[in-house]
Amino acid sequence: MRITCPLCGERDRREFYYVGDAVALNRPDPDAGDVVWDDYVHNRDNPAGVTRDLWYHESGCASWIVVTRNTITHEVLETALASDVKEATS
Amino acid sequence: MRFSGLKVLTEGLRGNKGWQAHWRDAQPKAEYDMIIIGGGGHGLSTAYYLAKNHGMTNIAVVEKGYLGGGNVGRNTTIVRANYFLPGNSEFYSHSLKLWEGLEEDLNYNVMHSQRGLINLFHSDGQRDAFARRGNAMINQGDDAILLDREGVRKKLPYLDFDNGRFPIYGGLYHPRGGTARHDAVAWGYARGASDRGVDLIQNCEVTGIDIEGGVVQGVQTSRGPIRAKKVGIVVAGRSGQVAAMAGRRLPIESHVLQAFVTEGLKPVIDHVISFGMGHFYISQSDKGGLVFGGDLDFYASYASRGNLPMKEHVMEAGMTLMPMIGKAKVLRSWGGIMDMTPDGSPIIDKMDGIDGLYIDCGWNYGGFKAVPASGWSMAHLMATDTPHEVAKGFRLDRFRTGVGIIDEEGTGSQHNLH
Ligand SMILES: Cc1cc2nc3c(=O)[nH]c(=O)nc-3n(C[C@H](O)[C@H](O)[C@H](O)COP(=O)(O)OP(=O)(O)OC[C@H]3O[C@@H](n4cnc5c(N)ncnc54)[C@H](O)[C@@H]3O)c2cc1C
Ligand SMILES: [Zn+2]
Repeated sequence: MRITCPLCGERDRREFYYVGDAVALNRPDPDAGDVVWDDYVHNRDNPAGVTRDLWYHESGCASWIVVTRNTITHEVLETALASDVKEATS
Repeated sequence: MRFSGLKVLTEGLRGNKGWQAHWRDAQPKAEYDMIIIGGGGHGLSTAYYLAKNHGMTNIAVVEKGYLGGGNVGRNTTIVRANYFLPGNSEFYSHSLKLWEGLEEDLNYNVMHSQRGLINLFHSDGQRDAFARRGNAMINQGDDAILLDREGVRKKLPYLDFDNGRFPIYGGLYHPRGGTARHDAVAWGYARGASDRGVDLIQNCEVTGIDIEGGVVQGVQTSRGPIRAKKVGIVVAGRSGQVAAMAGRRLPIESHVLQAFVTEGLKPVIDHVISFGMGHFYISQSDKGGLVFGGDLDFYASYASRGNLPMKEHVMEAGMTLMPMIGKAKVLRSWGGIMDMTPDGSPIIDKMDGIDGLYIDCGWNYGGFKAVPASGWSMAHLMATDTPHEVAKGFRLDRFRTGVGIIDEEGTGSQHNLH
């Protein structure tokens, strides 16, 4: 699997640290309550197909990247800087 | 179908033409008392114990592929009871006891081999942690022996003891640990359940779960609807999809775990051995192949195959520990889809708010050894509506409440850390 870092270009998957589902972009309000927080921290859509997760370019430019990829084929469909994605949605 | 020495002999003389199927290939009926979704190890053992322990026989196991085609036929077959935390300890202890009587109970040769498990340690800190784990195992009533370096050398003289970076300090020896023939476990439970009247329905994918007014009515399948009063979801790596059919999200992320096997060699490795630095573990199958594996690939995946980085890592770790295997040729590698929970421990519970719906999942990368006790406990839960004593810690709501988290590895209850 190769991942295209928006800053560094296409790199081996080994350069990246996987941080999991991109839910972290939608962090709930601190007072949202235990049900909402449980959902955010633990529960996952866990799709067989297209998913969005966060990868950290640890052995590269140290940016956080939102990777859209297919969990069945391992095909990487799209990558974007997490900061850009966050800005676009907030 | 039954086996006997005489039968093996006469079949050998007659060209092995008289063997019959081990279980009935059942067709779906319109309605059952209970439906188990998933014909893996856990689904089959659940059905078997529902029939055997609770006298429930109007039940069906509904499997989308063929029985035993999932993780139960893809794992590296290690059976052990070396857990540390309350919640896990008593459960895996119960499971190992069931394993020890399984062949007699099923009248089926599952090749359970208690060849001993040795977890190596490579530092003072690791020795302390393993000594503590060993004490927990003994307190639970299981067996553990702390071996020093010379003790390990006596059993495993071929390891690289003086590796510059990871010298071997000793090992935690669990004599009752070992392996079993994974397919045979699925087949033995399948035959036992089928003989007691359970319908095993293959090539039948569940596509929907019918719920009316908060009560389960049955399932939709690729072969039509089937009604049932109770439904158990026992689908390992596919738990997320099937729970979604009931409108639920689970604390589960599915990851791929790889395994490897070499060409057949003469007997060289008598035990199950795990390396304490850089995850690697190995045993030798009765056919002679070295069976080994390591960590998850560490990203969500439903591909039953992994990528090269983890292959390379596992091979490197193996070479570091036992250079003697370097010339063995790897024949095959494969992957399975693991149902990972945040704390690394399983879930056997009712689906809160939906009457008659139950779930057994979250086996992470260690659910083969759990097959007997999981089926035993899930059957108990579905038949009596109360959790079994040894599985009462496996609650779904522990993540929300924070009460009773079973974080065996001490990494924190968070995805991607186990
Ligand atoms: C490489 C590898 C090594 C492992 N090593 C070990 C080990 O050494 N020791 C150990 O204890 N554990 C080990 N495990 C873990 C163990 O194999 C699993 O935890 C366990 O097998 C999971 O439970 P199961 O047998 O019921 O799963 P499965 O066999 O996967 O059963 C689930 C079944 O559900 C079916 N299903 C899914 N969706 C549907 C649907 N919609 N409708 C109908 N049916 C459906 C699937 O087809 C499948 O047959 C390993 C796993 C892997 C992949
Ligand atoms: Zn980069």
